[in-house]
Amino acid sequence: MSMYKVLPCCLALSVFGTAQAQLDSSLLRRRSADTAKSTLTMDAAYNRPFLKLGKMPVSIGGYMESNWQYVGTSGITAGNQFQFRRFSLFVASSISSRVKFLAEIEYENDPTGDPADAHEGGQFEIEYAAVDVELHPLLNIRGGMIVNPIGAFNQNHDGPKWEFTDRPIAMTQMLPETWSNTGFGLYGKQFTGDWMFGYEFYVTGGLNDSIIDNSMGKTWLPAANANPSRFSASASGAPMYSGKISLRNSKIGELGLSYASDIYNTWQVEGTQIDDKRTARILDVDFNTVLPKLHTSIVTEWAEVLVQIPPNYTQQYGNKQFGGFIDIVQPIFKGHFLGWEHATLNLAVRGEYVDWNVGNFTSTGTRMYNDLWSVMPAISFRPTPQTVLRFNYRHQFQRDITGNAVGAALGLTEGYSLGLSTYF
Amino acid sequence: MVAATFAEISINNSMNRKRLSVIGIIIAAIATFSNCTKMIPDMINPANGLCGAVNLSRAQSVLFAKGNDRFFAIRTAATGLGPYFVSTGCGECHSSDNRGHLFTILTRFGQPDTNGNRFMAMGGPQLQNANLPGLMPQRIPPGATSTRLIAPITAGVGFLEAVPDSEILAFAAANATDPNGVRGHPNYNTIPAYATPLAGAIPRSDGKYICRFGRKASTYNLAQQCANAYNHDMGITSTLAPNNPYNYLDQTAPAIAPTPEVSEDDFNAVVFYVQCLQTPVQRNAVNATVTQGNQVFLNIGCETCHKQTVTTGYSSIAALAYQTINPFTDLLVHDMGAADDDHYTEGTALTSEWRTTPLWGLGLAPQVQGGKVYLMHDGRAHSIKEAIQMHGGEAAVSASKFNALTPVDQNALISFLQSL
Ligand code: HEC
Ligand code: HEC
Repeated sequence: MSMYKVLPCCLALSVFGTAQAQLDSSLLRRRSADTAKSTLTMDAAYNRPFLKLGKMPVSIGGYMESNWQYVGTSGITAGNQFQFRRFSLFVASSISSRVKFLAEIEYENDPTGDPADAHEGGQFEIEYAAVDVELHPLLNIRGGMIVNPIGAFNQNHDGPKWEFTDRPIAMTQMLPETWSNTGFGLYGKQFTGDWMFGYEFYVTGGLNDSIIDNSMGKTWLPAANANPSRFSASASGAPMYSGKISLRNSKIGELGLSYASDIYNTWQVEGTQIDDKRTARILDVDFNTVLPKLHTSIVTEWAEVLVQIPPNYTQQYGNKQFGGFIDIVQPIFKGHFLGWEHATLNLAVRGEYVDWNVGNFTSTGTRMYNDLWSVMPAISFRPTPQTVLRFNYRHQFQRDITGNAVGAALGLTEGYSLGLSTYF
Repeated sequence: MVAATFAEISINNSMNRKRLSVIGIIIAAIATFSNCTKMIPDMINPANGLCGAVNLSRAQSVLFAKGNDRFFAIRTAATGLGPYFVSTGCGECHSSDNRGHLFTILTRFGQPDTNGNRFMAMGGPQLQNANLPGLMPQRIPPGATSTRLIAPITAGVGFLEAVPDSEILAFAAANATDPNGVRGHPNYNTIPAYATPLAGAIPRSDGKYICRFGRKASTYNLAQQCANAYNHDMGITSTLAPNNPYNYLDQTAPAIAPTPEVSEDDFNAVVFYVQCLQTPVQRNAVNATVTQGNQVFLNIGCETCHKQTVTTGYSSIAALAYQTINPFTDLLVHDMGAADDDHYTEGTALTSEWRTTPLWGLGLAPQVQGGKVYLMHDGRAHSIKEAIQMHGGEAAVSASKFNALTPVDQNALISFLQSL
């Protein structure tokens, strides 16, 4: 990558357009994920299998996710569902040895997860489009449409990397799913022996009033995703600060600590203050490791969301949320299989919990529920590391704010899904 | 995950047996699961939850489904919520079509006698205790009396609407000679201009009609109930109630939404939805303790007000017409004594008078009240026993008979009530 010549990215893209039609596919050299050097979660955007086009300073890649699902809640099921969840295309180019650019365009079905938006169907979105300029390994500048460094999943969510068709609920329905924003950031990395240290600090656009005023009827950070004006205007006029510190020991694993803070509400109109400023904060801890000998991989992430709620508002919108997940993946077979040289068969399980409204009712002093837990065993088969065929069974229990488990979408949910996801 | 899958993978050469077992595991797993369409959870037994409609035609079912959707939909500022409101959706107060929770309790104020509300200009009759961010909270105007009301059960209300006036009047007439002092009368009230009189309506000579909905039975029919619910509880305007609630302390004119915030279509679907909700189904009706409790219920005079058997009259919805139901209410208002008097009223009921609460669905209340119960109009009773012991006034004799019961009979009565 370091030998690429300077080329405006738009030119690179148009060259690719013609190249695709003309080039013999043998000229497309596959470069699999760069695992030797950059192994922190923060590197996930570049740590993907890319296809390099001959001598072109451009590499491309992408992934897709598709699945069959049969899920029911309290006897009610939508039946057999065939879903094409996501298609993502990324293009990277090295503008000079220390300037690189990456863009990711994603087609997502039901990107907000908000039922009110579901009828809008799939959407194309630029999920990521940023240029990185390296001044020093410890000081890089990133600018553009970037993914906020809030937790590991947000940064490392590509479908083919996971043994589960569904994304972790807390990381996508409590934290905003693949939360990207326009802004700038600094990041850097340092290695010494087995240790690796990384930091990221971003200043971006942020959340908005909809996080406490949405059709979910609960504090719902993903609602901010649905606001189309968030890429050009910030509701509060104040930046969202987000940062992450990552620490990795090659023998122990990687620990990430993230924090984000944003004034989310529209507190002034044409220069006149109409409301107090209120903040939303996110604290997130993530950890991943692979156990020696057993090769068991463990990935876990837990987050807390703290939102200042206006006075005289309804307690449906909570000021505190908590949730996370743990994935345990056990390879039970690795090697030659049906002509695949690096096939893997894994047994896996995901446990997850989300409480969208931590705390007690002021009226009764009793607990506000609005929570969900789920256990999801899985079998996954990877003919190659880049492709996964996965079979999941979900057992989930959800209650509303009063603790009621009898009602639409409440109570026990069970079902299974068979999904295919691959980089290409 | 990433590390595992992208890691260098060693190639094993003697793989035949393993290969077979891998194929075996995959096929076995998929076969097991795909055979198990039974693995999704069962439907809730209708007796244990309130989620059904009465028998409907296909066209009616479509309308019901739409109303169901709108009933549980959450309103936001963008979809008309507020600016002053109590909660964001019907379903937030009537969770699973049952009783409400104290966290969505609402407050009414401004009417100390039967001569009407004196505080309409100051936002009466309902206090919206929540407001959109940045606005000034509403306050009960000085000098106004108030009461707090927790949401009653909505399941079965369509049947209550179909109870003919003649039957309600007969209940009242039968009380005239009650030895225990039960009286009770219908709450005659002025009905809104848009209300079409119900089938068989028997208005009083002063033009007032028998009203039946709400804790004070001051609301005429379900259309009026829904219009008021949208308007007073959620700040949603409709063609029937076109003005948003406002705060007199804001010193701005009430915000009038240029178009109704609930379309006529959606509104009618919601009215239809509540009308067609099935009645709660009694559980363990043949259990010996339950039948004994039912007998106690009759013996100590509870049934004088909480009418066990009521028959509906004509209804345009066939499933509601001429049905026998067990709502445990007479739809009359009764004087419940000084302790239950909040000095606030509606229509021609006295401040101490309340509509006999339908007891159906009572046993399911803990499901929607966080495992506890909050009974009576403001949820002041934290158990069925407490609720009974808070009965005064016309129900005082009955309550004292309850207190005189043996613990076995008391428990049987409570088991019976929990089976409803
Ligand atoms: C803030 C909580 C709240 C909301 C929101 C709410 N309700 Fe209610 N509902 C109540 C209360 C409290 C009562 C009793 C009112 C009274 O005493 O006048 C009631 C009464 C009713 C009744 C009459 C029940 C009876 O037995 O008399 C019906 C029907 C009803 N609501 C339907 C609805 C519908 C439809 C909506 C949405 C448009 C709705 N409610 C929204 C709290 C609420
Ligand atoms: C004089 C008529 C009358 C009699 C007799 C009577 N009740 Fe009631 N009952 C009412 C009224 C009116 C209410 C509503 C009071 C309120 O909301 O504050 C009520 C409320 C209740 C409630 C609370 C229901 C709820 O959902 O909040 C229960 C339980 C109850 N009654 C049981 C009984 C039992 C058991 C008896 C016999 C011992 C009895 N009642 C006798 C009129 C009566």
